[in-house]
Amino acid sequence: MRHLLFALTLGLFPTLGFSFEVDKRQLFMAEPGSQILKVISTADLDLFAGVIDVFQSRYPSVSVDYYEVGSTELVKALIEDGAQFDLAVSSAMDLQTKLANDGMALPFRSEFTTQLPDWAHWQDLVFAFTQEPAALVFSARDFDDQSVPKTRQELIEFMRSHPMQFKNRVGTYDIRSSGLGYLFATQDARTSETYWRLAEVMGNMNAQLYCCSGKMIEDVSSGKLAFAYNVLGSYAAAQITNQDDIIIVEPSDFTTLMLRSALIPKNAKQPQLAGQFIDHLLSFSLEAGKAGDFPFPTLQRDVLEQETALRPIRLGPGLMVYLDRLKRKNFLNAWENAILQKP
Amino acid sequence: MRYLLVEDNLALAKAVLDRLSLDGHVVDHAVTLETAQDYLSTADYDLILLDIMLPDGDARTLLKSYRMAGGKTPIITITARSEVSDRVGVLDLGADDYITKPFDFSELEARCRAVIRRQGGMANNIKRFGNTQFDPLAGTLTVASQRVQLRNRELRLLEIFINSKDQLFSKSKLVDRLFSYEDDVAENAIEVYVGRLRKQLEGSDLNIVTVRGMGYRLSVS
Amino acid sequence: MNGHVTATRSIRRRLIVRLLASAAILAVILFLVVQSFGRQLAQESQDNILAASVTSVLDAITVQDGALIVDIPYSAFSMLGNISDDRVFYRIEQNQVYLTGYEDLPFTTARSTKSQPAFATDHYLGEDIRLVTASRKLSLNNQPSVVRATIAQTRNGQKQTLRQISQTVLFLGIGFFAIAMVLTFYAAQSTIGPLRRLAASVSRRGPQDLRPVESPVPSEMVPLVRSLNQFIGRLKKSLSQSEEFIAEAAHRVRTPLATVRMQAEVTLRRVERDENREALREMIRAIDESSRAAGQLLDHAMVTFRTDHLLVETFDFRVLVDELVTRLRPIAELKEIDLRWQKGAPLLIKGDAILIQNAVRNLIDNAIKYSPTESSIKLTLSQDRSGAILQLMDQGIGFPDEGFELLTDRFVRGANAHDTIGSGLGLTIADDVANAHGGCLELKNNAEGVGACVIFYLPLR
Repeated sequence: MRHLLFALTLGLFPTLGFSFEVDKRQLFMAEPGSQILKVISTADLDLFAGVIDVFQSRYPSVSVDYYEVGSTELVKALIEDGAQFDLAVSSAMDLQTKLANDGMALPFRSEFTTQLPDWAHWQDLVFAFTQEPAALVFSARDFDDQSVPKTRQELIEFMRSHPMQFKNRVGTYDIRSSGLGYLFATQDARTSETYWRLAEVMGNMNAQLYCCSGKMIEDVSSGKLAFAYNVLGSYAAAQITNQDDIIIVEPSDFTTLMLRSALIPKNAKQPQLAGQFIDHLLSFSLEAGKAGDFPFPTLQRDVLEQETALRPIRLGPGLMVYLDRLKRKNFLNAWENAILQKP
Repeated sequence: MRYLLVEDNLALAKAVLDRLSLDGHVVDHAVTLETAQDYLSTADYDLILLDIMLPDGDARTLLKSYRMAGGKTPIITITARSEVSDRVGVLDLGADDYITKPFDFSELEARCRAVIRRQGGMANNIKRFGNTQFDPLAGTLTVASQRVQLRNRELRLLEIFINSKDQLFSKSKLVDRLFSYEDDVAENAIEVYVGRLRKQLEGSDLNIVTVRGMGYRLSVS
Repeated sequence: MNGHVTATRSIRRRLIVRLLASAAILAVILFLVVQSFGRQLAQESQDNILAASVTSVLDAITVQDGALIVDIPYSAFSMLGNISDDRVFYRIEQNQVYLTGYEDLPFTTARSTKSQPAFATDHYLGEDIRLVTASRKLSLNNQPSVVRATIAQTRNGQKQTLRQISQTVLFLGIGFFAIAMVLTFYAAQSTIGPLRRLAASVSRRGPQDLRPVESPVPSEMVPLVRSLNQFIGRLKKSLSQSEEFIAEAAHRVRTPLATVRMQAEVTLRRVERDENREALREMIRAIDESSRAAGQLLDHAMVTFRTDHLLVETFDFRVLVDELVTRLRPIAELKEIDLRWQKGAPLLIKGDAILIQNAVRNLIDNAIKYSPTESSIKLTLSQDRSGAILQLMDQGIGFPDEGFELLTDRFVRGANAHDTIGSGLGLTIADDVANAHGGCLELKNNAEGVGACVIFYLPLR
């Protein structure tokens, strides 16, 4: 199997007539004249490329046209622009759920989908294929394995007792612009009161707000930040070349698990191919021995039965609550009041 | 022979009585079962003639009780019923024979003879005349120690003569006694049977004497 | 006589068909009732959750600083997600002005003003939905405000529940019907039981069994059995009346005849003149003829009557003939006729002994009657592969050359027999009896030319 790589790495790439913004795009070509699977995704292209390669080794006659976008742009593309895609992959679980709820997804069933536990799919519309923990990423300069805080409460106390160390050196998502950040924040707030206290304390430290995880992790690694809150642990691990610069902690009071999910948009031209790709994504979690090839943490089917702090976010209509505009307005107000300290 | 006649029809009873005594038998006549019972308990009979339907009951009860008590006298029942009725009839109850009325007297006589004969030889019935012995039951004549078997009509003819030894019988009377009314028999047939009887009586002290123009008579020499 | 009885549809089958039909109808009704009940319950349970959800939303609406705060609780939607995998839609408005949610979501206006939730089924985004609308009155800036919330859910979960209910109820219905079928067969069988038992016990009876049916029967059969017993009683009475009549007739006819005969005999002995004697002889002959005729008529009546219900038993034919010969020998001897009979080996046959005795007696009687004096009558009893053969050979006048077949007709006497007293029923009686037993009577003249040969044939059934 051979394929030609057309690296069309572009910056802001307005597709013809559409208004949504594309961060990266790559066409993984198989034979000429083969079928093309159009994928719109929030996952990093570099990380995802390996997955596509394995797919194409199995289905050599399928080309993949991969669009990397932000989570809100993904929704804009499908709803406002009505762009045609065969597969939509996103880490914004709430937005995926809303798309499916609004009738934008096609149902899909297969041997693999029936094996998924209840929390890993919503109806036959949205399918989770990873479970990625929201972690605390600490700079190795400020902490070591013993001293590093393991719970949010410990973190709060640490910050209160070392204000000088942390001033201007704590970071988290700007949830006004980051869908994932908003999701994590609302889930935290739902789960525990500690979140608001933590937010306040971080506000007191003049928390740095980031739109995306890459920059945030870099700053921790370089020491600019002492820690970053609610970072995707898998991203951190993947991104950092020198593992010694950071310490990734999954909080032991509770660790929220984000489930990256895929759905087949209503106007897909290749729904069967999309289904095959979904099965491919699921196979890493459901077939033995394939987890090692996967750039993301695979699903643990029995995660709820285990006595761990891991708590997967449930795919379901509950996620739509925080998308409600009034609710969102209230939440953002409260969040701003906590995190943004008026000088 | 001693007979007991149990019959409630007086006219019929008289006729039977007359005829039987004519033949030399002694006959007791009972009209009811009760009377019959009395007779039976006091006397012995050679034959019982029993009419089935009696004013004081069905004679079959008498029949049954008589036999159960061990009575051995032969019984002929006089019945109006035919054989086709109840087979658990008189024969099974202990009667030796039955006769249906109206009956021919010769049939009654024949049956009486047959029934008594079946009982077994009764030596005291043998009649003796000089060198001749006559056993009416066995129907045998012994003339000078020679046994002579008589045929039926010869036997009856001889009996008629013996029972009324010195009586003169006209041919017509003999015809009446010997033949049934069915047979249209000429009086000359009597001559034939008398002739045959005479042959059997050859050498006997018994003789049948012809009385010219009158008839016949038995005489003992 | 085997009367043919037309059979209409079996009671058992009718019972089974009707019971099964009823069971089927009941099963269908059961199915429909339970399904509609199930549907109602499922609907109610969805409605209850929807009501709880909309109530929790309305409860979370507060007024702060003169503004309406709508803070939808997470549980309001997650509770809906917990019960089924259905899509959820919502709409909140204030004073009929859209606030948040799906703007074009339909809602229902029925009863929603009384702050009781109202339910409706509608259509949205291409799916059937079940929606609840509830409202709450609030005071905002001293003005009344009505907040109306509508929450809707697609009905897939509902439909699946209903499918399951339908399936369960279908199996229930089928199971019920199957059990009903088994019970039906059992019930029909046991209900018919008394009828069968009665039929069996009645048919087991012999032809002479005229006892009333006394075994207990179900109340519905009582009128039938009562009528049957009445019928049996009437028949029994009729039979015994006939028998009694015949016996009575015999007695009444014969007794006076006997008297007259005796008197005639007595008179004959006393009368001297020849013409008087002849007249008396004629009288006696006439009496004998009437008596014999009466006897044979009664015999014949009895035979006809009895052939309808033969009392069949197994007996030794040889013994029967032997008894008859013994009885009739004195009569034969009166005419100097030699009744020759070899009592041979036993010969068992099955038949009505009384009738056969009657027939044979009539045949022997006939032979004696038509034989001249000093002749002989020979009786032989033998058997072949299939039957018993009784042969009577006499040396009498024989049968006339013509009219053989008619001799067995009633009252027909041979053209050559007119001098003899007889009524002509003797052969008829024997013929009837033979036929009733499946046998026959054969008449022929002896090959040697003198006398007749009568063959009475009975099959060894």
